[in-house]
Amino acid sequence: MTDRPVWQPSASRAALESRAQLLAHVRGFFSERRVLEVETPVLGRHGVTDVNLDGIPSAVDAGGVQGGWLQTSPEYHMKRLLAAGSGSIFQIARVFRNGERGKRHNPEFSMLEWYRVGFDDQQLMREVADLVCGWLECSPPVTLSYREAMQSIAGIDPMTITDRDLERYCEQWLEPEQLAGLGRDGCLDLVMSFVVEPELGREQPVFINRYPASQAALARISEHQGFRVAHRFELYVNGLELCNGYWELTDPADQRARFAADNRLRRASGKPEMVIDDAFLAALDNGLPDCAGVALGLDRLLMLKLGSTDIRDVLAFPIERA
Amino acid sequence: MASYSTNEFRSGLKVLLDGDPCIMLENEFVKPGKGQAFNRVKLRNLMTNRVWERTFKSGESLEAADVVEQDMEYLYTDGEFWHFMLTDGSFEQYAADAKAVGDTVKWLKEQDVYTVTLYNGAPLTVTPPNFVELEVVDTDPGMKGDTAQGGSKPATLSTGAVVNVPLFITIGEVLKVDTRSGEYVNRVKSS
Repeated sequence: MTDRPVWQPSASRAALESRAQLLAHVRGFFSERRVLEVETPVLGRHGVTDVNLDGIPSAVDAGGVQGGWLQTSPEYHMKRLLAAGSGSIFQIARVFRNGERGKRHNPEFSMLEWYRVGFDDQQLMREVADLVCGWLECSPPVTLSYREAMQSIAGIDPMTITDRDLERYCEQWLEPEQLAGLGRDGCLDLVMSFVVEPELGREQPVFINRYPASQAALARISEHQGFRVAHRFELYVNGLELCNGYWELTDPADQRARFAADNRLRRASGKPEMVIDDAFLAALDNGLPDCAGVALGLDRLLMLKLGSTDIRDVLAFPIERA
Repeated sequence: MASYSTNEFRSGLKVLLDGDPCIMLENEFVKPGKGQAFNRVKLRNLMTNRVWERTFKSGESLEAADVVEQDMEYLYTDGEFWHFMLTDGSFEQYAADAKAVGDTVKWLKEQDVYTVTLYNGAPLTVTPPNFVELEVVDTDPGMKGDTAQGGSKPATLSTGAVVNVPLFITIGEVLKVDTRSGEYVNRVKSS
């Protein structure tokens, strides 16, 4: 027996209208600030090395180009524009992540990504707050460091807890053999997702910053209170993670080393290694201007506006209907 | 035996966990934008009926359980086993023990069709249809004219089940009963 196809959208007319208003809000916001709107490829020649992001390969075969990846974020292409002297830019992009489907995830989603030349993470956080609170009409966010949030909500110090104590803490959810391959950052992700995140931004939006250096991704690292921390921030509203921003790494040697480390992690966890994007590294070699950048999930911003707890309420056609 | 990875998890999936067949009730995907993904899963253990909550790392997998549901007609009981027959024309018969039949025993009527869940080819559970029609074999005398409202009394049905019925119901009448709540729905016909 086959089910009848569902042709109707899962989003209401009101949600479709709200999405149109959000896009207008974003474009108005950046137009006022003279940030240039750009478009970069959805289908790129390279995928991403991050061990926790799985791209969706493409079977493109055209004009001598064979194979590529639907982009998990427009980051590399936008940084190439920055290196070419674009100045501050923003993009409303469709991005793709394999394996991600749930109440807060759809494998294809809308990402607002922007880069501000000359900004650091502090300045960009203020701009994120203006954009988000302007749209949600909420009070301005407070800021907690990753360490403070973990200490006050989960009762552990992520900077000093021993691997053994951290694993023991995680045994309330995972069997010892499951924990074996998880690693320190995987354990911290578990605590963050299961314990801390649901409590974040209940009263008012909360920025989390100063992530452990091991979770820096493409952010700069510096020392704070004797610990190496990343210039990385996330914004949470009502327990929902909205964005992820960095004071961007501009050193090509450092970037190469992080790509290589990513691929080592991939090898260790049985995932295919990714071919390094040489064009991106060449752009860094040429010189990326000092900048801060952030990626923000527009579908989640709509969910918050509409009081929805399921991303399907704001997508015309989520993957199962697409 | 096939297995399912976390990407294939969905409600209704039948899997083996700690050696027992389980059905997945809920699957919640949890992932920080940059970080490890997890699946938080609720499963019902089909042996014990208990609900388990488990967490899996993205990429882990569970073995599939050989669990199938089949429509079968109830034939008879020999006191130790309850015998069912597939309704697909194969006349294939299965014997369910008391554990498999469980509370459904009080809704078993010969020639009615039940859902029998087979685990590795043997009956694991027997589920009645949502509604069954059974004859009243014993109840206090009915009170004529009291059809409008109020009052109920116990009635014993042909299978031994006891349900609360309105006062006007009499012996010999056939009643429609909701097996999920065990409640009287209406009279089907008078004898």
